[in-house]
Parts: sequence; structure tokens; C-alpha cells
Amino acid sequence: MGDGVAAMTAVFSLNDVTLGYDRHPAVHHLTGSFLAGSLTAVVGPNGSGKSTLLKGLIGLLSPLDGRLERNGLRQRDIAYLPQQAEIDRSFPISVMETVLLGHWRTIGLFRPVTRALRRQAEEALVAVGLDGFGRRPIVSLSAGQFQRVLFARMLLQDCPVILLDEPFTAIDAKTTADLLAVVTRWYGERRTVIAALHDLDQVRENFPDTLLISREPIAWGSTAEVLRAEHLFQARQMAEAWDDRAEICRRSVV
Amino acid sequence: MDPYAALIQPFVEFGFMRRALVACLALSLGCGPVGVLLVLRRMSLVGDALSHAVLPGAAIGFMIAGLSLVVMSVGGFLAGLAVAVLSGLVARVTPQREDASFAAFYLISLAFGVLIVSTRGSNVDLMHVLFGTILAVDDASLLLVVSIATLTMMVMAVIGRGLIVECFDPGFLRAVGGPGAILHLAFLVLVVMNLVAGFHALGTLMAVGMMMLPAAAARFWAGQVAPLAATSSAIAFAAGYGGLLLSYHASLPSGPAIILVAGGAYIVSVSAGPRGSLLTRFLPRRHLEA
Repeated sequence: MGDGVAAMTAVFSLNDVTLGYDRHPAVHHLTGSFLAGSLTAVVGPNGSGKSTLLKGLIGLLSPLDGRLERNGLRQRDIAYLPQQAEIDRSFPISVMETVLLGHWRTIGLFRPVTRALRRQAEEALVAVGLDGFGRRPIVSLSAGQFQRVLFARMLLQDCPVILLDEPFTAIDAKTTADLLAVVTRWYGERRTVIAALHDLDQVRENFPDTLLISREPIAWGSTAEVLRAEHLFQARQMAEAWDDRAEICRRSVV
Repeated sequence: MDPYAALIQPFVEFGFMRRALVACLALSLGCGPVGVLLVLRRMSLVGDALSHAVLPGAAIGFMIAGLSLVVMSVGGFLAGLAVAVLSGLVARVTPQREDASFAAFYLISLAFGVLIVSTRGSNVDLMHVLFGTILAVDDASLLLVVSIATLTMMVMAVIGRGLIVECFDPGFLRAVGGPGAILHLAFLVLVVMNLVAGFHALGTLMAVGMMMLPAAAARFWAGQVAPLAATSSAIAFAAGYGGLLLSYHASLPSGPAIILVAGGAYIVSVSAGPRGSLLTRFLPRRHLEA
């Protein structure tokens, strides 16, 4: 990621993308692009397709229709924090070992963890406010502390693109503020950050760009422009619908 | 009876007791870490399922070549592996949960095994396959068991990190492009291999006991993966030693004696182990300052 023209390149380009499960769309006909170095909030009511969109971006879900291009991005260039990680929180592993997994690109299955890598992990723990927690087993952490650990791990992953799925749900204000500082730092380092969020004030304060969806895209652009009352009203009108006998969508048959 | 006569003499006096003890040592070294990972993956009962799945393979081997160690082992290994791979595949590509998937395939496999054994073999053979004969372990069997233990420890040392990550946070491993499916498969191969090793000594029904009871007991003694595995192996070997002595002095069948001693170790661990046992629950120590 450089300046000028390079900064305007798209990381993800979506052309009429429909994502969903079992042929039922959860994100319907989305077109647009996430630019390199942008900080975008994805906002919408529950069931509006925020998580589905992130899963599509990282490639866990293939589009039902349309074209989603990652423009040369490899899977390992994307750090992804799922909403409900499949992590076994009772697993006998220490905070330090968990954070060190962020070095996976360097250490992989077989290579040793050097002292330099360990020092970086300690610095990451300090950056998320968990100085001295390295030896604690993760089972002893609170939900907020564990979220900090996952952010420390993403710091080490050092990816140009970071996807966060509702990272601050059930997290207290202090922790949220600390972790938002990490997000802002990533933005300052010209990484592309895309986060699914609920708290509109938080979005207005911290995120320059916003995509508002409610299964259908409603608005995408600068946050002030997108989060206007009529857009929000429109988003609330879209029902969470699952119709077993839904017809085949005509829009894609043009 | 003096301690020497009770604890050591049987092994000095009889070659078959020494062989059985060595087989137990090898089994515990292999089964310890495998069992701990099974428990951590919440797959304790999958071990049980796979131990039954081995039966038709061993029975077909028996039909082809009689009581031949090699043929029965290969047959058992292939049958166990088929069930493991099919179940894993169904669980990965369909919404079916892994435990249900394993249950389905192992029941099919077990029914086949019982069918084959009961139409073609005599009851004595069935007893042999089901309950094993650790006191009749010959050189070839011993070599097989020891080779499997060695291979297991080497593979564990090489892919241990991957197995732990695949177990702890599979989503992360997938996201960083780690070979999750291959690791999972390699692990299932290890499980089946160790069950085949155990089934010569203890029979298909109890092979899994040597794997799961010590592993389940270990969590009351140790906190991290490596100490858990070491504890599990130690308990398994102690159970092997104790069970052999019990079966020698009380003229009991050796397989069940070994597993029952392991079961005793489990109950002692649940009651009085230092981590989360009943004892720590009902006689808590004073809380710390921070």
C-alpha cells in the first residue's frame, strides 16, 4: 500500500454479489469496492447480512451470484476475527502461546519460536493492555480480556487487511476504547479494516466510511452521508425474511 | 508375602510376564498423548467407536489367514481407518455432527464384524478378538506394539503444534491456511494405529480403556498439554503393571484386570487429584490475595 494512486486501489471489488445459504440470499446484489487503506464500518440490523458479507470477503462462503474479486490478495493476507470464534476457551493453553499463534506465517507447523518473536508477542500484549498476562491460562480470562488477547494475536499477524465481526459486542467501555485505539492504529498504518458494528455513535466517531445494509445494500460512502435518518429508517423497514417458497430472483437473469 | 515376591518376582520368574510388561510400557507411551488429545477434542467416545470399528477388519483377516498377527492387524487398521475417514468426511462436507457421523459408521462396521465372527469363527476365537491375550504376546506382536508406540511419539513430536492448534482454534488454522484436514486425518490414523496395537494385548473392547481412562484421569493432575500427556502415560503404565500383578496373584484375566486398575486410578484422581477433584471442591483451601 503506497500513497496517491496506489492508495486508491480496491482491495475487494464486488460486482452484483449475492451471498447466502441454501440459495436464499443474505446479502442481495451488492456492488462496490473496499479501497486499500480504508476504515469501513458495516452497519445494519440483526440478520442484515453483515457477518455473511465478511465471510464472503474472506472466502469462507462463495457468492451465489455475481463476482467478488480479491485483487491479488492471498488468504494469509487477511486477518479475520469471527463473531463467535470456534475457540475452545477451556483449552489448556497460555495467553502467550495463544498470541504467538499470530506468528503462524513465520513459524508455521515446524519452525521454532525465536526470542525476537517472543518479544514481539510481549509487546503486542502491552499494546492491548495485558502486560504480564503471558503465563496465565486462557481459561482464567474474562470475555473482555480474551478479546484483547485475540487483538494481540491479530497485531502479530501483521496483515494488510483486517476483518472484524462485531468485535465489541459484550465488551465493556474501557476495553472497547482500548481496542478501538488499536483499530485506529491499524488505520494509521494504512491497513484496510472492515468491521461489522452496531453502535452508531461509535461508528460516527471512529469510522470514516460506512456500508449500511439490510440484506439489500442501502448506502455506501462517507459515514456522515450514509448514517442519515432516512437511510436508517429504510434499513429498519427491511424485514428479516426467510421464505421457503421464494421465487427465483429475476434480477440476476437479465 | 514379602514385597519382592509380590511386586517383582513374577516378572523375574516368567518370560511371559516380562513381555506383557514391555507391551504395557509401549502401549502407555503411545496411548498417553493420543488419549489426551482425544479428550481435549471432546472425542472421548470416538475412541470407543473406533475401537469397535476395528473388529470386522480383524475378523476378515482372521478368516483369510487364521490367527495371523500381521493380517489381522492390517485388516483392523484398514477397517478402523475406513470408518474414521468416512465419518470425518461426512462431518466436514455435510452439516452432520462428527459424533453422530462416527456412531453411524462404527455401528455398521461393528455389525459386520459380529456377523463375520459368529458365522465363521468359534467362540474361543471371538473371545480372543474381543478380549485379547496380553499374556501370550509373542515376539512379532511385541515388535508391532513397540513400533507403533515409537512411530506415534515421533509423529506427535513433528505435528504436535498443528494438532494442538487444530484442536484449540480450528477457525484460525483455516484462516491462516494451515492444513487442518490433513492434521485431523493424521491424528485419526494415530488413534486407529494405537487401537490396533491395544487390541492384540487387550482386545478390541478394552483397547480404548488404556487410551481414555488415563487421559481422563490426567486432567486432575496436570494443566498443560505436555504434562497431561506425560501424566497420562505414567498412569497407563502404572495400571499395566498393577493389572498384571493383580491378574497374576488373583488368577484373573489380565485385560480386564489392567483396565480395572486404570479405572481405579481414575476414581482416585476424581476424588483426590490436586486440580478440580472432589477433594478440592469440598475441602477448599483459603483464597489468595489476587
